[in-house]
Amino acid sequence: MDQSENYWSQRLESMRLRRDKINSRYNSWKKDTLNPWNKSSRNITEERRNSSDIILREVYTEEDLSNNIDQELGMPGTYPFTRGIYPNMYRGKLWTMRMFSGFGTPEDTNRRLKYLISHGETGLSIAFDMPTLYGLDCDSKRSDGEVGKCGVSVSSLKDMEVIFRGIDLGKVSTSMTINAPAIVLTAMYFALAQKKHVPLENVAGTVQADILKEYIAQKEWIYPPEAHLRMIRDMMTFCTKNAPKYNYISISGYHIREAGSSAVQELAFTLADGFYYIDMGIEAGLDVDRFAPRLSFFFNSSINFFEEIAKMRAARRIWATVLKEKYGAKKERSLLMRFHTQTSGYTLTWQQPMNNIVRTTIEAMAAVLGGTQSLHTNSYDEAWALPSDNAVKVALRTQQIIAEESGLADVIDPLGGSYYVEWLTDQMEEKAFEYFDRIERMGGILNAIKSGYLQKEIAATSYKRQIRLEKGEEVMVGANKYVEDEHPISILRISRKAQDMQLKRLRDIKRTRDTAKVTRSLDRLRKAMEDPDENLLPFMIDAVKAYATLEEITNIGREIYGGWKEPVIV
Amino acid sequence: MVAGKSQSLFKDRPIKVLLAKPGIDGHDRGMFVLAKSFRDAGMDVLYAGLLPTPEEVVDTAVNEDVDVIALSLMNGAHLTVFKKVADLMKKRGITDIAIVGGGTIPDQDRPKLARMGITGNYGPGTPISTIVEHVKRRAEEARKRKLGLN
Repeated sequence: MDQSENYWSQRLESMRLRRDKINSRYNSWKKDTLNPWNKSSRNITEERRNSSDIILREVYTEEDLSNNIDQELGMPGTYPFTRGIYPNMYRGKLWTMRMFSGFGTPEDTNRRLKYLISHGETGLSIAFDMPTLYGLDCDSKRSDGEVGKCGVSVSSLKDMEVIFRGIDLGKVSTSMTINAPAIVLTAMYFALAQKKHVPLENVAGTVQADILKEYIAQKEWIYPPEAHLRMIRDMMTFCTKNAPKYNYISISGYHIREAGSSAVQELAFTLADGFYYIDMGIEAGLDVDRFAPRLSFFFNSSINFFEEIAKMRAARRIWATVLKEKYGAKKERSLLMRFHTQTSGYTLTWQQPMNNIVRTTIEAMAAVLGGTQSLHTNSYDEAWALPSDNAVKVALRTQQIIAEESGLADVIDPLGGSYYVEWLTDQMEEKAFEYFDRIERMGGILNAIKSGYLQKEIAATSYKRQIRLEKGEEVMVGANKYVEDEHPISILRISRKAQDMQLKRLRDIKRTRDTAKVTRSLDRLRKAMEDPDENLLPFMIDAVKAYATLEEITNIGREIYGGWKEPVIV
Repeated sequence: MVAGKSQSLFKDRPIKVLLAKPGIDGHDRGMFVLAKSFRDAGMDVLYAGLLPTPEEVVDTAVNEDVDVIALSLMNGAHLTVFKKVADLMKKRGITDIAIVGGGTIPDQDRPKLARMGITGNYGPGTPISTIVEHVKRRAEEARKRKLGLN
């Protein structure tokens, strides 16, 4: 066993030694004050746990703080960045208010983006429909009934041209939530920028592209892991050299959490994915300090307020210390964990939907107190459908109220030093390291995915939670307590017309494009795909510029790499 | 449901359910919860895996001789995709397998699905016990047809 294999357990051991106090103050308070009080008032004291199965005491004291608290916290903008990655945080610049949007046709989505920009949104975020997410065109047999339903439909560069009509790609930053075909959509975005004469050096944005979490949680893949990982490597090397403001991956815990994990599982599995990508970049011959600064993250903010804040603080500290200690990163930028946050869709209820505004507010506050760089707030009607204009505006206004009325953005890391929050941050860190150690002993994250271990861990947590809800041990207001008769609300419906319009546009493209050029570009792309040392992105850009379609491109990979069947989970 | 009567129906073979998401939709959290819950309720459970086509769903249901197909979609395509499953069943003249549905299905769509013979159509927050009871009831109807009891 070499030294790096020992890293997690060694760190874990030293973390466990950081608290040597015996909690005398708590113990005597409990004996002399709390217990007699409970006895006289006949209070039943139930055990309290958070989603991560961490048992919570009634109160925390200074004896719960680490002996090394000063070094473990640092100051804002100083190592290990527990308190925030920038010295001025929101006093310098508020988080980016980035509302995930996309539905129906590219025209519908272009209108929604402009609507959000006009109401003060500061970054774009595109949602694609299910066929697009699986690399299928709108005219695929499987796409029938799904076009434009869960996001915007994109089959060719033409669709992207319409989505971004009248939007300056040199001025906005765009996040695209797409994974399996991320490299194709990136090629389209770059091709569009070039057509609009925006140099790639100025193109700012993020593509999710995190395929590991697809196998773990969201289940949107096309090929076996190795094929997708090669495409991420190609984006990594291409963007490092040519598009330095483009985040070619957003390592995501959001979906892991929505699939049913606990907060600490989200933290651990996401960061384990992140370390894998670091290993991959190093293996591709890149200096860690050249590419690590462009890795970005994406977390969930769920309803247990302090647990979420502790998770985000722990995430920053873990990333910085591991990058420095294990990977030898020297540049400060490499150590900074920049992340986007979205409030939790799972916590929203179908019942009494207006209550969801309150849930989203609590979750958004946790994200801000956790130091997020950008934020999406869910709309109250999202347990029903994609959000209506009015619902999405309330969600954006929620962020604006937090930012400009509440005072939450006035002081950096205002919960820093809280006995409870610091203790919980330490707990999240230790439990995450237990998972890193276990995953390493299983032979790394790819093995942990292929054996179904991570998926089973998540399914087990989700089932346990469901049982607690069924028994009423956990409460969802309006769903399993304070239940009322329900009345349907008015929701956004995607009409069949979206599919018809998309089919027509694709037919027109196929009729008018230069077929010989398409064939040539696809042939060159096929050869590149067969050569693992070639970088695919330039070939993809050529193909999309010739209006080769998404599915024509992904089909080449389907022939070369085949598909992937997941292990049995239940 | 009369316990004695249903016991005799399922005496030789417990209720058999096929869980399937027939559209392009990987949101499988609910599927796994239901699979475990149906098993806890004594049922035989099959999961169709990711992205089965409507044809694959019907083929599996017939080959495995299930009592109930339990469909789920979170992607808003239920009116098109659930219908394809129901149409295929009708085309093949299969009457001894019941279809139930669930997912993010707006209230307005429930009568339409019911007319296709797809019942339940429960949304988020539905107690598992409600779903289990409904599947049992539909399984009973299907099993009676299998046994030629009506």
